[in-house]
Amino acid sequence: MNLFFEILITGFLIMAGVFGLVGSFGLLKLNDAMSRLHAPTKATTLGVGGVLLASMTFAFAKGPHWSVHELMITLFLLLTAPITANFIAKVHIHQKETRDSLPAAGEDGSWATQNLDETGDQS
Amino acid sequence: MRLLQRMLPHPILTLLLTLTWLLLVNGWSLNSLVFGFGLGLIIPFVTQPFWPNRPTIKRPIKVIQYVLLVLYDIVVANVVVAKIVVFKSNDARQPNWVTIPLELRTPEAITALAGTITMTPGTLSADVSAEGHALLVHCLDAPNPDEVRDEIKQRYERRLMEIFE
Repeated sequence: MNLFFEILITGFLIMAGVFGLVGSFGLLKLNDAMSRLHAPTKATTLGVGGVLLASMTFAFAKGPHWSVHELMITLFLLLTAPITANFIAKVHIHQKETRDSLPAAGEDGSWATQNLDETGDQS
Repeated sequence: MRLLQRMLPHPILTLLLTLTWLLLVNGWSLNSLVFGFGLGLIIPFVTQPFWPNRPTIKRPIKVIQYVLLVLYDIVVANVVVAKIVVFKSNDARQPNWVTIPLELRTPEAITALAGTITMTPGTLSADVSAEGHALLVHCLDAPNPDEVRDEIKQRYERRLMEIFE
């Protein structure tokens, strides 16, 4: 493995470490629940992505086989991150927000999460 | 032809599953191709009731463009959010809710838009309105909510309209 790949892998790892750290720091620093959600959904994507890129580069440079598992991990991560965030946001809306604290829902009148009275759902 | 359609309710899903299987196996062989294709036939057939209508993709080339754009934006998003987290004090930050009226009607397109919003700079989709005509988006730092709304509509919704509708 030559110097070029070593530097490249190191670069990816450092980038991943920095973004992972910032994402976790954001959880501590930001001061309300919805803002806290931003840090793990974004900063961590590049954090994990960096480690996976490093891993792929390593497998490519060291041989004898390529590795594409990392691409799958990235794909699944990108597909699932918005969904977890959405669920946490929904819980937050259920517990902390009222109809007045959210902006108007346009032509439909109410947001889906708060639209429970009409359907008779008492949860 | 009808039989083929019954056996293969989602041709694109079949292709995608085969490809996914090959990637999971992490190598190329006829064995895994055949097995992956088998999975690609069985899974769409069994899960058919969950996918009552198939989304039509009008312009496949645009999908690739869109994916590349979103990937680029994810990288930018990370840097932007990291900057806000590290350098901006909590008092100076202006978190805000934004309502985005939707022109998209296809459920798959709205899902794609919501996912994109969550992954891109400083915004997070939180809820959809009761009949699916608006999205509730939370902004990490938005002094001017209208600007955010216009940008999302311009940059992502317009492109998704071209792809799905």
